[in-house]
Amino acid sequence: MNRFSVRLFARYAELFATDQLDVELPAPTTVGAMISALRARPGGSALPTTLLVAVNLRQATEQTVITPADEIALLPPMAGG
Amino acid sequence: MTSFLSGQTIDPQAVAARVGGADHGAVVLFVGTVRDRHNGRAVRGLTYSAYEPMAELVAAHIVRDACSQWPALVAVEHRVGALAVGDVAIVVAVSAEHRGAAFAACEWLVDAIKARVPIWKRERYADGQEAWVDPTSFSAETPA
Repeated sequence: MNRFSVRLFARYAELFATDQLDVELPAPTTVGAMISALRARPGGSALPTTLLVAVNLRQATEQTVITPADEIALLPPMAGG
Repeated sequence: MTSFLSGQTIDPQAVAARVGGADHGAVVLFVGTVRDRHNGRAVRGLTYSAYEPMAELVAAHIVRDACSQWPALVAVEHRVGALAVGDVAIVVAVSAEHRGAAFAACEWLVDAIKARVPIWKRERYADGQEAWVDPTSFSAETPA
């Protein structure tokens, strides 16, 4: 198992009561597997069905392969402007 | 390069001064400000937060996209931090040879920034409650 750090923002940081969560998963893995692990954490059941994830500052899909060195971020619906 | 996010009050004229030129006959300036209500609730102010490195990267991509679609010069700034009603939240300045390209590029830029840049807004209401704004739902999230 390897440790993946996930950055959390805005409403999602409130759901998990932290701005960064560590998730243990076999590496390499996918964004989809990481999301499933997050949903199982306390607060994770309140996450919406569709999630926006960034890997190394770029939007990813559930199939995107991730390693522990990647910067992973869970992004709530954007509300700028 | 000037950064997209600003923790200080944005001066629209200073942003507009970064575009234009002798061969540009049109400058379009969009200034977005904090409204005093949202979905019928009285708003006292709001706080913008951002995933800053990604916001800068995405904003730079959006500006490059706009400049490849229209022969225009573009300058954009967006506030982060606590704002009061009437404060400037976003400024988009576009100059082009003629007004058609400048208007079109400016509207496209504002829409793209709102949809694609990782920025979040927490509103403070007159009744003392606060809530994250979710533009993908019909009303604000349940107040925290």
